[in-house]
Amino acid sequence: MIDDWLERKEVCICAGSGGVGKTTTSAAIALGMAARGKKVAVLTIDPAKRLANSLGLPELGNEERLVKADVKGELWAMMLDPKRTFDEVVEWHAPDERARDAVLSNRIYQELSNAVAGSQEYMAMEKLYELHQEGRYDLLVLDTPPTRNALDFIDAPKKLAAFIDSRALQMFTGPGLMGLKVLGRGSGMVFSVLKRATGIDLLDDLSTFFAAFAGMTEGFRERAEHVNALLADSRSAFVLVTSPRAGAVDEAGWFHHRLLDAGLPFAGVVANRVRREVPKGDPSAELGDLLGDDALVRRVLKTFEEERRLAAQDRANLAALKKLLGRKPMIEVPHLDDDVHDLDGLRRMDTHLFGRATLA
Amino acid sequence: MTGKGGVGKTTLAAALALAAARQGRRVVLCEVAGQERMRELVPELTTVSVDPEEAKQEWLRYQLKSGTLASVLGGSRLFQYLTAAAPGLSELVTIGKVWDLAQLERRTGGTVFDVAIVDAPATGHALGMLRSPSTFAAVAGVGPVGRHAATIDRSLRDPAHTAVVTAALPEEMPVNETVEFERALRRELDMAVDAIVVNAVHPLRFRPEEIERLDRARVQNAAGHTPVTQAALSSALSEHRRAKGEHAQVRRLRRAASAPVLTLPRIFEPELGREHVERLSHELERKL
Repeated sequence: MIDDWLERKEVCICAGSGGVGKTTTSAAIALGMAARGKKVAVLTIDPAKRLANSLGLPELGNEERLVKADVKGELWAMMLDPKRTFDEVVEWHAPDERARDAVLSNRIYQELSNAVAGSQEYMAMEKLYELHQEGRYDLLVLDTPPTRNALDFIDAPKKLAAFIDSRALQMFTGPGLMGLKVLGRGSGMVFSVLKRATGIDLLDDLSTFFAAFAGMTEGFRERAEHVNALLADSRSAFVLVTSPRAGAVDEAGWFHHRLLDAGLPFAGVVANRVRREVPKGDPSAELGDLLGDDALVRRVLKTFEEERRLAAQDRANLAALKKLLGRKPMIEVPHLDDDVHDLDGLRRMDTHLFGRATLA
Repeated sequence: MTGKGGVGKTTLAAALALAAARQGRRVVLCEVAGQERMRELVPELTTVSVDPEEAKQEWLRYQLKSGTLASVLGGSRLFQYLTAAAPGLSELVTIGKVWDLAQLERRTGGTVFDVAIVDAPATGHALGMLRSPSTFAAVAGVGPVGRHAATIDRSLRDPAHTAVVTAALPEEMPVNETVEFERALRRELDMAVDAIVVNAVHPLRFRPEEIERLDRARVQNAAGHTPVTQAALSSALSEHRRAKGEHAQVRRLRRAASAPVLTLPRIFEPELGREHVERLSHELERKL
């Protein structure tokens, strides 16, 4: 079961579309591995406090927190603060204090490092890499953000590396705006058009921003390469989380394809909330005898019929996904009667994920 | 229309659009995250898929008042690098496009609509999208970009112009995320959520004494029964338990949220089609 998938792994990345139980699954995997004696940290960059919820914590911060769970190993959890992580990365890469302050106090940097889009995914990878380097944990479990384009975070380090290599950056690294000459006449036009479109002070800020960033490019590139190497390495495992509903299953199939294309180590699929198969037959006569109330029997039958249809659909959707997966494994977690959102709920999931209960 | 992933935003946005169209309003339904399914759900409505790249070109043409300059600039690698380096720009041009669709005098020409209904991304990214105009207004200062961003920002914050509807499911985490989103929207943009729609609420079909009878029947006859009868009883009991939990979540949401909370029934179909969206649209019209 899932502990076999994660044997000798140091990083487990849970990916999938929104609403399929990624956060809950990440937390359940982390808790289960901690119960099996590992020192585990689970990371999320999702600001919606979902992970904190499922671990029974009021909230999480940018530092790891020990979760009070009765386990043989240790369970730590944290929520990444993209802005603070970005600041830390700048501090780390800056050649000197002056360069560091120039970036941190730059208006463009302040606004953009705060913006939700884009930087979040990269920062998740940064923090993952940093924690991995420190080597304090046996296993890191990453809950990925609920983007519809679920692979953004994998591409993030590459994108950043590509950008740092880009001529746009080099252009600004020359003395003031003179660096533009590197790009020739065409870019002068681009620049003047941009000036009209945007307003000059934006460009001044941009130019200081890029100039200040210039000294850090080598460090950033190296970091991005290391992150990429770690993700593609046999020490990592990608776990695809899905629900059996049609849309989610389609997306899981697409995601699986992309992971294989990118040469990333795909471990298997966890399908959450799978309705149990309903036995064949007609219970109406027996229900009639038992309950002796036709109206009640009718309502029971109606409920049962709905369940049967939805369960059949779940089976069909998952069968299609299994065919696509070939020999890669799939673990099914049944649709539990209660909504899973706390440590007790995670314990109920444990048996299904790990195949046998080890949690009290 | 925003909400946690997987709560049915696309379906509810389509249902809301149908309801608005029935009331005689000229509606455009926009999706911003490659959710093509919407077109199949309500083929009779005008739908627009906002592609950030296209929106960027359009935005440039508008900013520069020249198609030629815009295409030169848009095709320039330097420009691609610069815009790729500006996180939030895609969000800005996307919300800018939506804003334009909702204008009674369209700056880019084209059909006029009374209302644009947006199938927005999940709450975190939706907040980023709503925030992007004010971010750019601050960064770009006095330039035309800044002015345009500030105009969009004002419209978004004007309750007469923009309404925010949050979709949820009657479960712990979607409820928490909804409450959290409402607070963040207030804190960061001083905006209110106008309505919260709780989707797919299971009906409570059995009275407490009936549940007792079902439970007794299950326990007493566990041995003698064919599996299917036992399964039918278990299924009724599980569904009831789930429904009770859901109703408790709706009550919790009503206590924690400032916006009015309305509920829509669970539709027991593996795949929602046109007639189900229609049904939901009537429910919405009645309850909003």
